[in-house]
Amino acid sequence: MESVFSNVVRAPEDPILGVTVAYNNDPSPAKLNLGVGAYRTEEGKPLVLDVVRKAEQQLVNDPSRVKEYIPIAGLADFNKLSAKLILGADSPAIQESRVATIQCLSGTGSLRVGAEFLKKHYHQSVIFIPKPTWGNHPKVFNLAGLSVEYYRYYDPATRGLDFQGLLEDLGAAPSGAIVLLHACAHNPTGVDPTSEQWEQIRQLIRSKSLLPFFDSAYQGFASGSLDTDAHSVRTFVADGGGCLIAQSYAKNMGLYGERVGALSIVCKSSDVASKVESQVKLVVRPMYSSPPIHGASIVATILKSSDMYNDWTIELKGMADRIISMRQQLFEALQAKGTPGDWSHIIKQIGMFTFTGLNKEQVAFMTKEFHIYMTSDGRISMAGLSSKTVPHLVEAIHAAVTRVA
Amino acid sequence: MAMRIRNSASRGTMMSRQISGLRSMSSWWKNVEPAPKDPILGVTEAFLADPSPDKVNVGVGAYRDDNGKPVVLECVREAERRIAGTSFMEYLPMGGSVKMVDETLKLAYGDNSEFIKDKRIAAVQSLSGTGACRLFADFQKRFRPDSQIYIPVPTWSNHHNIWRDAQVTQKTYHYYHPETKGLDFSGLMDDVKNAPEGSFFLLHACAHNPTGVDPTEEQWREISQLFKAKNHFAFFDMAYQGFASGDPARDAKSIRIFLEDGHHIGISQSYAKNMGLYGQRVGCLSVLCEDEKQAVTVKSQLQQLARPMYSNPPLHGAQIVSTILGDPALKGLWLKEVKVMADRIIGMRTALRESLEKLGSPLSWEHVTKQIGMFCYSGMTPEQVDRLTSEYHIYMTRNGRISMAGVTTGNVGYLANAIHEVTKSS
Repeated sequence: MESVFSNVVRAPEDPILGVTVAYNNDPSPAKLNLGVGAYRTEEGKPLVLDVVRKAEQQLVNDPSRVKEYIPIAGLADFNKLSAKLILGADSPAIQESRVATIQCLSGTGSLRVGAEFLKKHYHQSVIFIPKPTWGNHPKVFNLAGLSVEYYRYYDPATRGLDFQGLLEDLGAAPSGAIVLLHACAHNPTGVDPTSEQWEQIRQLIRSKSLLPFFDSAYQGFASGSLDTDAHSVRTFVADGGGCLIAQSYAKNMGLYGERVGALSIVCKSSDVASKVESQVKLVVRPMYSSPPIHGASIVATILKSSDMYNDWTIELKGMADRIISMRQQLFEALQAKGTPGDWSHIIKQIGMFTFTGLNKEQVAFMTKEFHIYMTSDGRISMAGLSSKTVPHLVEAIHAAVTRVA
Repeated sequence: MAMRIRNSASRGTMMSRQISGLRSMSSWWKNVEPAPKDPILGVTEAFLADPSPDKVNVGVGAYRDDNGKPVVLECVREAERRIAGTSFMEYLPMGGSVKMVDETLKLAYGDNSEFIKDKRIAAVQSLSGTGACRLFADFQKRFRPDSQIYIPVPTWSNHHNIWRDAQVTQKTYHYYHPETKGLDFSGLMDDVKNAPEGSFFLLHACAHNPTGVDPTEEQWREISQLFKAKNHFAFFDMAYQGFASGDPARDAKSIRIFLEDGHHIGISQSYAKNMGLYGQRVGCLSVLCEDEKQAVTVKSQLQQLARPMYSNPPLHGAQIVSTILGDPALKGLWLKEVKVMADRIIGMRTALRESLEKLGSPLSWEHVTKQIGMFCYSGMTPEQVDRLTSEYHIYMTRNGRISMAGVTTGNVGYLANAIHEVTKSS
């Protein structure tokens, strides 16, 4: 019997995951994986936070815990604690019950559910996203039925923010358009606006009634401070206006595979927030009925215990500090080597990734000659570096810059 | 414009900034209506709010033991003890845990399935049964955009939501016969025959939700033959394997018949009920293809649909499943525990029917023991159900569906009496 799906063609390999596949197939002992978007220790190993292990044990040892369906909107205490984490405990939006928070499947799930809600209930269906952005962003919004436009963001000449371009493009957006903003640690460039620039962006967005949709995947992971990394989001909420926020616990709690996140929608009143929540549930039910319990239980356990919360902030700072130190080491080593070019962007950029500025040919050269694996856009994961491997990377960059155009 | 913005950062404009923020926000969600309560989940909410000590919840679609308590299987507890503290929490691949998927396919297709050996099955881990159905619906929309899905009447209400949100046109086919409280076989066969060639059909592999009415083996064979003649695509939703009869192989019989007859089917599998992993959201979507190459292709496209929905599926539930199914002792324990659950339900069906007959009910309650799985389609009207709730504090969905999982030796007498009271004059 012939298959009804014989017209299906093979989908292209995921550009990011393909890097790891190639890395795994390389027999060289000197190989280095800088494609991975997951934290690695100085020894190059994945990390489960101590506080997560502790929470895990607590859960497993509690015989009263059951595995029932959790509500469509997820665990109530997880939702409350997540809103507090991103908005701040003293946020008037929380105190006035104006925030609808729904547990979702990490950042991706929060973005998708938020986008589907917007498609159904918001008067504008165009979303402006930065150029470049995480490869999955356009797919998420397209599948939700939104149309995607780009605003200028990265300036290859300065390896920094194209602020003028950003203001012009958002200034030209139709009134009410949705705007995707990376709350901190822009992926893939690591380039964030300064707080003065954020203020201008905020004013522009409010003046045009644009709807901000924050993607917050690195809170605490970027600077080491949860509050600092939430600053952009909080100033938007402080002006009394609304926004959407997609939160992820994949990196900052190391819960990658457990798919824990939250979508928050800041509304005008508690009545509206409650209606909005009821409608978001209608998006979730035909997608996966209700979110998974395990990861959210771990997060809630940690966030509601002041001791565990403190332990978490210490481990989180440890991860962020190691990344910052790798940036410093890489920069200094390139200086010492005398590698041509200005490499200060390495220490100016923030978060897990550095947009090196290396081109496709240089990247391919580094992979072939030095067994260094990274995405072809020149993005490296600082999390994949250690003090031991910095010299090897420096050799490779130096060779690429001096020998390959 | 940029100049104006830079110069407005002064005290006097702070207030106007706030006001303009509020003003612009007020129009955003003004038109959002409160959503209707979910018909199934709303029942439990009402039950929880009821202070009566006699209250009974037979709306819940989750297993309860004879004390009315939720159950975590021993094999699951043991698996969790082994997992905690030992494994990393890295991302799974987009298609999920390979180990878990492999074990899951064996359950549906058979341990020694030639299709597994020949690598002809495109399969991905999914967010339980809902997620598997949704992924398939999205896949159907993308690659067979002109197709429609035939859905039985009645069915789990969320099936309609799933294919609607995937924007696949829905049609229905006859299934339940209210007069016999059994299968409307001739109605079903007529609809299958009259559907355009190559139509897509949603079939409940066993323990039909909400009616508990399944075709007999002989009827399944006839349905399969007619599907062949019409070149229809069969998509099986199997949410109760093992849970229906107590024997997973037996509960997969409909699927095995279709496979023997050469159909290239799709299957949604869920571990919510049969492993009690409800909140973990563990399941699997599989599509049987012509050959290995096509299976690789189809899987790659399923992953393309999963990536913009949730990137990759959750780890914990998958680890529990593969720990259990990958260890012969734990798997044996699981099979025993599934049988205990199925047997308790079957026992409650018998108890309920006998109680009603002893009370001298003028109606036939044969269907209570003929139907199978978690649910019994009692045949009661919405008005009778409302009386059960308001007079007896018994909670169920208004279509008269009773979750046998909520029936215990402690409440079956009370339940039978109440049902008798509201139905004896009909």
